[in-house]
Amino acid sequence: MQDYLVRRLLEIIPVFFAVTAIVFFMLYLMPGDPAQLLAGSDASIEDIQAIREELGLDKPLVTQYFIYMKNLLRGDMGKSIRTGRPALREIADRYPNTLLLAAGSLVVMIVIGLITGILSAVKQGSWLDNASMVVALFGVSVPNFWLGLMLMLLFSVHLGIFPTTGTGTFKHLILPSLTLGTNATAVVARLTRSSMLEVIRQDYVRTARAKGLSEVKIILLHAFRNALIPVVTIVCLRAGVMLGGAVLVETVFAWPGVGWLMIDAIGARDYPVVRGCILIVAISFVIINLIADLLYGLIDPRISYK
Amino acid sequence: MKKNASKSSAWHESFRILVRNRLAKTGLIVIALYLFTALIAPFFVPYDPLQLNLPNTLQPPSSAHFFGTDEFGRDIFSRIIVGARISLFIGVGAVLIALFFGTLLGTVAGYFGGRVDSIIMRIMDIQLSFPGIVMAILIVTILGPGLINVLIAVGMHSIPMFARMVRGSVLSVKENEFVLAARSLGANDLRIILKHVLPNCMSPMIVLVTLRIGTAIVTAAGLSFLGLGAQPPMPEWGAMLASGRTYLRTAFWIATIPGLAIMTVVFGFNLFGDGLRDALDPRMKS
Repeated sequence: MQDYLVRRLLEIIPVFFAVTAIVFFMLYLMPGDPAQLLAGSDASIEDIQAIREELGLDKPLVTQYFIYMKNLLRGDMGKSIRTGRPALREIADRYPNTLLLAAGSLVVMIVIGLITGILSAVKQGSWLDNASMVVALFGVSVPNFWLGLMLMLLFSVHLGIFPTTGTGTFKHLILPSLTLGTNATAVVARLTRSSMLEVIRQDYVRTARAKGLSEVKIILLHAFRNALIPVVTIVCLRAGVMLGGAVLVETVFAWPGVGWLMIDAIGARDYPVVRGCILIVAISFVIINLIADLLYGLIDPRISYK
Repeated sequence: MKKNASKSSAWHESFRILVRNRLAKTGLIVIALYLFTALIAPFFVPYDPLQLNLPNTLQPPSSAHFFGTDEFGRDIFSRIIVGARISLFIGVGAVLIALFFGTLLGTVAGYFGGRVDSIIMRIMDIQLSFPGIVMAILIVTILGPGLINVLIAVGMHSIPMFARMVRGSVLSVKENEFVLAARSLGANDLRIILKHVLPNCMSPMIVLVTLRIGTAIVTAAGLSFLGLGAQPPMPEWGAMLASGRTYLRTAFWIATIPGLAIMTVVFGFNLFGDGLRDALDPRMKS
């Protein structure tokens, strides 16, 4: 396990360099002068010249990449064109909000997804099973940016239960979490159901039943634990994908997270911030996937990390 | 000859499973209606989708305007119908890009293996380290907004899924004896790949294409919703939805209807794709 952990951590290093390289070259692939892009459209000639010198834009690309990396490792992603503050600060201010939203959606996904999946499997073929699976099918297909608006229309505009946009209280978190969690919840519900159905037919479940255990015990202790393995995989993968989905949901709910910041910065051509956001999201995603990998081992002792 | 007979009966069997699947049939009907809407209906729309009608703004759905009018008095029904063509263009176009490059890369990686394989698959992994729509956002930021750029971005974004799937299939197919037989008869690599390996990877490809068209349509609409894709006044569903946001309180139908359209179409592709997967490749069932 320890060897595996070290190896996986080492594997992240080339990915990190590749991701930074992509984000670095992004500006050079765009039409226009990178110094001009980084300085903003209304920058003075002196500003542009200063950036050109700072980044060594007259030097070879590889040298520039090393300067960029050196700055990056010191936590310097450049300054936001709009606010003049360090881009990393801007992102760090927003990052906890994105994590909070992701955590809320994760709770939605795990609680609703698992319960629906287990109940559907236990009551296979019942109206409950059919209804939840039809809802889940819609849940997989619904675009989250539209779902967010519809929830807002119903719960905020008409019923007035939740605030439309913004952050600050627990109530603010509910609609964005539901919105971001829906696609994943539907996927988890469907997978939990099929995984449970497979497990319920196994011999050890029949044995548990023959021993006279209560149905709740059989389902939770014997069936569910074994059905969990594929489910954990998809939960973790989905948790990472949520980081991407958060871009849309944050924009819908004006949720001040990294995703919204990214879109806002693209609109304002604030490229140091755009680069920083993309980089942070990608690195978070890689780390979540690593955690996912390690979790499998904890849940399924049969997986050996050789 | 005998091989052909067994092959056609396998397809036949898959087809039988498919038509017995009610959900898949529903999906197929939705897709057929969508194709009809996209390809034929634009010739018969009641109003010009771009024609402003300022005395008639924000009208609720009525017999004159089935889906109401938007903030410029344009007929939403006509815009939705013309928008179907745009989403079909992006969905199919993006998936064709991904299918072509993904198959090319996946085949080369799986068939030749070794260093080529590691290099190609590492590049695919790196692309996959940008979650969901973020890779597409990055590409569109570089290329600039616009419909064609969205098509390219969404297509590139899907390449790794196809590459991985094709590589996996190629790896298992190339171990078959008929590949060895073809080689011993003197067939070269290209011939083996085109005549023997790829035809046997068709089932998962068909499934992935169907499922990815739905995803591509949502991703493209999402980019337009963010203002990075199709620009107004183009009747693109995501862009229409975005402009309807402002009028959520006063004219909810502007944002509601394009979203319903996206969801229905994606629902159709997902249902049919699921059915296809069950029929063609039971092992892929997740």
